[in-house]
Amino acid sequence: MSSIHLNANKATILVVGNGMTGYKFCEKFVDKGLMEQYNLVVFGEEPWAAYDRVHLTDYYTGTDVHDLKMAPRSWYEDNGITLITSDPVVNINRDEKQITSSRGHQLNYKYLVLATGSAAFVPPVPGIDKTGVFVYRTIEDLDNIKSYIKDKKDAVVIGGGLLGLEAAKALMDDGLKTSIIEFAPRLMPRQLDETGGSVLKQKLEDLKLEVKLNKSSKLVLGNGSVTGIEFADGEVHNTDVIVVSAGIRPRDELARQCGLQLGERGGILTTPDTLTSDSSIFAIGECALIHNMIWGLVAPCYDMADVAVKRIAGEEAEFSPADLSTKLKLIGVDVASFGDVFGEGDGRKELVYENKATGNYKKLFVSEDGSKLLGGILVGDAADYNTLFQLYSNEMKLPENLDSLLFTSDGGGLEFNVLDLADDAVICSCENITKGNIVTAIEEGDLTNIGQIKKCTKAGTGCGGCAPMLNDLMDAVLKASGKEVKKVICEHFAYTRQELYDLVKVEDIKDFSDLIHKHGKGQGCELCKPLAASLFASIYNTPVPQQSAIQDTNDRFLANIQRGGSYSVVPRIPGGEITPDKLIVIGEVAKKYELYTKITGGQRIDLFGAKVHELPLIWEELIAAGFESGHAYGKSLRTVKSCVGSTWCRYGQQDSVSFAIEIENRYKGLRSPHKLKGGVSGCIRECAEARGKDFGIIATEKGYNLYVCGNGGANPVHAVLLATDIDAATTIKYLDRFLMYYIKTAGPLTRTAKWLAQLEGGIDHLKEVVIDDSLGLCAQLENDMQGLVDTYQCEWRTAVENPQHRSQYRHFINSEEDGSSLKFIPMRGQKRPADWVKEEDPIAIGVGVSS
Amino acid sequence: MSIELIESDKQVIEWFAAGKVEDFPVDAGVAVKYKDTQLAVFYFSDSNKWYASQNLCPHKLEMALSRGLIGSEGEEPKVACPFHKKTFSLKTGACLSGDELEISTYAVKIEDGIVKIGITE
Ligand code: SRM
Ligand SMILES: Cc1cc2nc3c(=O)[nH]c(=O)nc-3n(C[C@H](O)[C@H](O)[C@H](O)COP(=O)(O)OP(=O)(O)OC[C@H]3O[C@@H](n4cnc5c(N)ncnc54)[C@H](O)[C@@H]3O)c2cc1C
Ligand code: SF4
Ligand code: FES
Repeated sequence: MSSIHLNANKATILVVGNGMTGYKFCEKFVDKGLMEQYNLVVFGEEPWAAYDRVHLTDYYTGTDVHDLKMAPRSWYEDNGITLITSDPVVNINRDEKQITSSRGHQLNYKYLVLATGSAAFVPPVPGIDKTGVFVYRTIEDLDNIKSYIKDKKDAVVIGGGLLGLEAAKALMDDGLKTSIIEFAPRLMPRQLDETGGSVLKQKLEDLKLEVKLNKSSKLVLGNGSVTGIEFADGEVHNTDVIVVSAGIRPRDELARQCGLQLGERGGILTTPDTLTSDSSIFAIGECALIHNMIWGLVAPCYDMADVAVKRIAGEEAEFSPADLSTKLKLIGVDVASFGDVFGEGDGRKELVYENKATGNYKKLFVSEDGSKLLGGILVGDAADYNTLFQLYSNEMKLPENLDSLLFTSDGGGLEFNVLDLADDAVICSCENITKGNIVTAIEEGDLTNIGQIKKCTKAGTGCGGCAPMLNDLMDAVLKASGKEVKKVICEHFAYTRQELYDLVKVEDIKDFSDLIHKHGKGQGCELCKPLAASLFASIYNTPVPQQSAIQDTNDRFLANIQRGGSYSVVPRIPGGEITPDKLIVIGEVAKKYELYTKITGGQRIDLFGAKVHELPLIWEELIAAGFESGHAYGKSLRTVKSCVGSTWCRYGQQDSVSFAIEIENRYKGLRSPHKLKGGVSGCIRECAEARGKDFGIIATEKGYNLYVCGNGGANPVHAVLLATDIDAATTIKYLDRFLMYYIKTAGPLTRTAKWLAQLEGGIDHLKEVVIDDSLGLCAQLENDMQGLVDTYQCEWRTAVENPQHRSQYRHFINSEEDGSSLKFIPMRGQKRPADWVKEEDPIAIGVGVSS
Repeated sequence: MSIELIESDKQVIEWFAAGKVEDFPVDAGVAVKYKDTQLAVFYFSDSNKWYASQNLCPHKLEMALSRGLIGSEGEEPKVACPFHKKTFSLKTGACLSGDELEISTYAVKIEDGIVKIGITE
């Protein structure tokens, strides 16, 4: 047991629990300057310093433990706080004002703060203790689930509330067939009404989540490990894994042990000043029963931390009942509710909108005279949540035309200016930051981006739900103060991408050091260097190998880096068409260099696991057989996917393969702000998924329909129609114009869909520019594109033929060894990289020469 | 001959000759083998300065830093790991992107056209 060093001249405040609330208490304690006066000692049961439980699912889907931390351990040290983890407090002696921890620490306190949070409630169903039953609350829980489900197929989540849905989505995304079991007759029974619940159910079923309502669990089946679950109605549901998310129970066991008063159904009985029945002991967060309730959201928990700190500082403060508005995150279906959604208060009117085709449902409650918003439920499209929530929480006067409340995001009525909010309107309810706080911070600190606002005011650092509002506010304040709202590239260039594009072009700048000397400052960075490289390529078609030092790693080596430091090789296979001979070459090369091969989602073949020195050798062989770079590593044209089309298909209207090949060959190598993908389908059945691409062409009887600005990925967007029944030449003409206009005007790393969403005037404006030539740009755009097409060269050919560039394909400068840290393990007759090391906490840092 | 020492309170126990100046890439990094381990050496042409660090990224323990983009944050020269873009000061080794990570950095000097790295314990 390590000893604890405290300043003997100061009294000690002891915090039990280093969860979100316990941490927030420390932060506010430090901010109040109380460290001058007190020692602060925190005991945590978990091995980690406090982390962001709200975003726990991000950890499940791959976010690093460190990114989830509320603050690094060094923060506690720097502020003089003693943090002891993996050591729960097991005993409180109130007479002696002394605690004992599991590892035997005994400490006296002046004030004790209980922030023990809550635990998942596990209903006492027989068999629930079998292997394979989990809860979803801590990092450890998630680690356990992850390692258990590796070879499992079916999962059941008990509980269809906020957390249950989040857990279910995570399991489903991990490849398990997942069912949600809810005891109540509808999902999210505490937030939604019946229609809302059933719309949500439909949406989840569309996502392939099974939903079973009105089910009470009777017995967990299995011999040692779970094999299924039996319900009260006799139905048996087979499953390999059960995750229980049936509510929370406050962790009041310590309070019970030392005889503090508890609520009838648990929870530490606490007055609004956050004091328990012992005036030296506070209780805050999810363990506290205040106003006869356990407050299971971070915002009210943070409020309690604030009240406790103020009380200790001798100030007046009280916790008042908080708003329990919620917005479901992550599930792929928008759900939100706010205000009083069930209270049948007299004289209130309901506005209801339901679109059965899209599954969008909105219900709003307004006061009898129609002047105030009282609450609401949104399912399917919660884009207006922030606006509506502000109208509600600030009791703002509603517009005359109430319909506009329902139809806002469809481009209709509700004009809402964030600047109209009162100064004391709370924007970030987690941190209790008002509009006034934020505006002052922006004005006084000369802030120009969200990151700065977060740093200065802490707004947006909790659940993150207010981020869109912060964005609007930032823009509005800057606009109002006459400052330009400008998305500058980074600290080295005070320009937008579009401005830099014009400077480069007009001044004929062709290399980075010229550019930064003329228009920037400092030495550049990982943001502006690749951006400049992309501009040079988009304007002059400068081959990447000529300026490899400013390229992102993938571009520098003309290949995608992978776990373990190996690279992948993706030869271009235009339109997905390939001859048997070429297939054989790929097979032979893969065999020779022991590469893992896989058909990609882009209709071509990826060869994985090449060592850096092998890349030029592999490409030499591929180029000799007629292959070219597939640019899978670049922000550039990837593939133009095709369906088989009229040459074989009985429905085909046009020869989609030939057209896809023609288009892919036209735009191959084209560098752009983000990657570009295309598709050509032979008919409306759309087997090439062209509308899921940045540009998509669908053959009609008369020619082609051209769609633009779609993508798959994290936020799928369907491409929208630009032109109908045009011939092949017109299609290419419009595409040239569209692509060049995008390349010139888009922000960095902005794909076409996002670009269009931000484009003033939207698709109508785009049509005017591309079809009607409203800006008089078309000739120039076509000309620029033709220039790029004419100067195309396969950069891998350039690379292997250029000895200087080629020389960088070795790991060490002073040894021929391959130096990679690669370890492969066999899998289904091929190989794959070994898993990433699992991190301990704290991670091994500064691993230097000696290791 | 120019000698560029980085701020370090550690004792140099050996000046390791890593290679000829002209073999090193300009405004980029490269890996150097030293005994059983790997170092990364970076050359900034604008300021004519050399830096060296461990090649191992402490984030996911990849031998990768030498393949990262280099640049500056304020006055601080830095490298961005190619994997997840965590950035590290090439002077102090501190992580500049807000993580609890750190790398070891080493002094570099140029003697008779040879790049030498100041190995500390
Ligand atoms: C190999 C492949 C998966 C596969 O085995 O099928 C793949 C692999 C990668 N994709 Fe992908 N994507 C692949 C098809 C897709 C598709 C499907 C498609 O193209 O039809 C999509 C969705 C469609 C789309 O982009 O709209 C797709 C959406 C993404 C995204 C998300 C893009 C977005 O706008 O949301 C990323 C991340 C990014 O680009 O920032 C990504 C990024 C990546 C990266 C480059 C991640 C990385 O930086 O390491 C992966 C590189 C693997 C490697 O080492 O080579 N990949 N990726 C596919 C290669 C296609 C090809 O032949 O070039
Ligand atoms: C998956 C998930 C998603 C969520 N999403 C949202 C959301 O979107 N919005 C929202 O507002 N809220 C959300 N929540 C709820 C939110 O996380 C909680 O309200 C918040 O974490 C409560 O903080 P706390 O500190 O009171 O409790 P906790 O975070 O549970 O922390 C209590 C800590 O005390 C420790 N402890 C207990 N007993 C002892 C002891 N005797 N000695 C030492 N340490 C002890 C525990 O181990 C724990 O680390 C979510 C929760 C989960 C699990
Ligand atoms: S290939 Fe694409 S979807 Fe698959 S893990 Fe990599 S980035 Fe994600
Ligand atoms: S491995 Fe270097 S940043 Fe992740």
